Amino acid sequence: MAQTSAAVAAPATSASQNTLADRRLAKVSARDVNVYYGEKHALKHVDLDIRANEVTALIGPSGCGKSTFLRCINRMNDLIDIARVAGSLTLDGDDIYDRKIDVVQLRARVGMVFQKPNPFPKSIYDNVAYGPRIHGMAKDQTELDEIVMTSLEKAGLLAEVKDRLDEAGTGLSGGQQQRLCIARAIAVSPEVILMDEPCSALDPIATAKVEELIDELRENFTIVIVTHSMQQAARVSQRTAFFHLGELVEVGDTEQIFTNPQHPLTQGYITGRFG
Amino acid sequence: MQLLTLTVVLLLLTSIGYRLGRGKAVATAGGNPRLLHSLPRYHGYFVALWCGLPALLVVALWLVAEPSLVRHLVQSGLPDDTLAIGEERLNLLYNEVRNVARYGMTASSPVVEAAAQRYGELRATLFAAAAALALALASGGLAFAYQRIKSDLRARNRVESVVRVFLVVCSTVAIFTTIGIVLSLLFESLRFFQSVSPIEFLFGTTWSPQMAIRADQVGSSGAFGAVPLFAGTALISLIAMLVAVPLGLLSAIYMAEYAAPRFRAVAKPLLEILAGIPTVVYGFFAALSMAPMVRDFGSSMGLSIASESALVAGVVMGVMIIPFVSSLSDDIITAVPQSLREGSYGLGATKSETVKQVILPAALPGIVGGVLLAVSRAIGETMIVVMAAGLSANLTANPFEAVTTVTVQIVTLLVGDQEFDSPKTLAAFALGLVLFFVTLALNIVALHVVRKYREQYD
Repeated sequence: MAQTSAAVAAPATSASQNTLADRRLAKVSARDVNVYYGEKHALKHVDLDIRANEVTALIGPSGCGKSTFLRCINRMNDLIDIARVAGSLTLDGDDIYDRKIDVVQLRARVGMVFQKPNPFPKSIYDNVAYGPRIHGMAKDQTELDEIVMTSLEKAGLLAEVKDRLDEAGTGLSGGQQQRLCIARAIAVSPEVILMDEPCSALDPIATAKVEELIDELRENFTIVIVTHSMQQAARVSQRTAFFHLGELVEVGDTEQIFTNPQHPLTQGYITGRFG
Repeated sequence: MQLLTLTVVLLLLTSIGYRLGRGKAVATAGGNPRLLHSLPRYHGYFVALWCGLPALLVVALWLVAEPSLVRHLVQSGLPDDTLAIGEERLNLLYNEVRNVARYGMTASSPVVEAAAQRYGELRATLFAAAAALALALASGGLAFAYQRIKSDLRARNRVESVVRVFLVVCSTVAIFTTIGIVLSLLFESLRFFQSVSPIEFLFGTTWSPQMAIRADQVGSSGAFGAVPLFAGTALISLIAMLVAVPLGLLSAIYMAEYAAPRFRAVAKPLLEILAGIPTVVYGFFAALSMAPMVRDFGSSMGLSIASESALVAGVVMGVMIIPFVSSLSDDIITAVPQSLREGSYGLGATKSETVKQVILPAALPGIVGGVLLAVSRAIGETMIVVMAAGLSANLTANPFEAVTTVTVQIVTLLVGDQEFDSPKTLAAFALGLVLFFVTLALNIVALHVVRKYREQYD
């Protein structure tokens, strides 16, 4: 860490050692990742490893860079003209920001679920079939049906919508829409699913369903979730990373972060003293 | 001149009223405006309105009523034998009286001389009366309102109700104008349909709007079958839309989704300049530049293209409508939520897949609405077709021939000296009525579609 602030400097070493030790095991690995929005230095020297088949929660106060980091992993920051990413990010050892990487294929491997449910103004079926269609994943209609059904099933939505697959996806309730978006993301069989505050627009019951779903999805996918709810991070994740002012302050097993945080800032945040 | 002085005096009184009212309100409250029900300036407005409004209304009334009132009085003073000369000659006589009185022309007879004298006196007296009344009302109103100012006067509520009445009047002006236009179209059309049957008008295929002045005239039989006009309008609008919709829509997609912000900032206003070019300029561009070029090009290819052709008029009209389509579509495409784009890109869709499969379907209803508005614009467009499409009412689908449109025929029917009770001129009203209903229907459908689209994302 070249540019650590005084507050972060002292106990942060444990966090970086924690991540540096297992880079080869990591699904996604970040080294010295910096993001600039024009003049603003939004993400500073982040080293973080994300393990396969685990849920990693990114927590921290608003504007701390956790969403920015998330959007680096599938290069969604490319869509913002003024954003610039420096450093090394790898997916299974392949550099994500390599020129040779086709961003279309990258996003097929790293799916994303957004804060606000954003189903396309199409039928439920077409929403889920959208990804498989553009990637030519199904040989014929039967195979496509199969993919759509399996995805809806995995997203825990099939029972609720199987009689109305032709109806508009926008007509579902908020929680159902979000699960439809999850089904849409898993339909392209990604390896990693990024979730940017997936429950912030949902009521507690819908939230509980989505959290349950995230836990089930861990079996087949690697999940990174940004959340503002500490309880949610504690409930669904195995590892938690705490960001503050664009820096990664601490990362560790969720249990350790919530019961025995190493850094005073982390402790302050999880006990609700700030943020 | 006198009128101007009177108006200035009244406005001065009004502004004095404002100051007095405001001053008294502050004084009443002992310099503490919080003791007043309304802010001091509302007391000022209250006095100013009482002072200015009735007086200015009197002046306006005088302006409207003066000519007919004076005329009535002057005529009633004329000798009986002069009155017996009949309505039209009396009109002439009265004109002469006015000219003598106002512009110092020499009178042709002593009767006129006397009447002119009377005219001058009457005008002066009437103006004096009106001015006196206005001034009295103004000062009376001022005094009345001034004396009513108290700390608990609800001046704000009074002023606001006057403002509301004013707003209501303003908003009904447009509505009443529309109703008036529709009624006049309707009644004149009814008169037209008394001499030509609606069936013939709507379904006849020959358009030759002549009416015989004498019974034995050559070519005395007129024909009022408007189908060739409808067909011509449809043909030209179709050509225009074939030009405008693809160009407008594709440029909108480029502007909204692909163009760099700097290019967009330059190109979009430039494109909208097209909408600011007067249609008459498009018209002579079509008639004098495009048409000869197209005709010569056609003859070099062995095609016979009339120098006034539907093709040229339609293409130029299409160019005119491009900014209409592109600007509306651009707004609607930009209004598609960013979250949908991100959702699509997040699944690994390319830009063109996102545009084709997510953005356009989401924007389609709005785009259709915009296109319908453009169609109604094309149907009602007049100047370009007058200059470039020709007058011959051919019933043809060949874009190389000259056709004519409803609007062109309305213009030709009403230009020049016309009697306003022959079917020839009345036909213009019937055509106008048809045009009105078609564009009205298109606009209603288009607005409905656009509104429906809006509800989806709010």
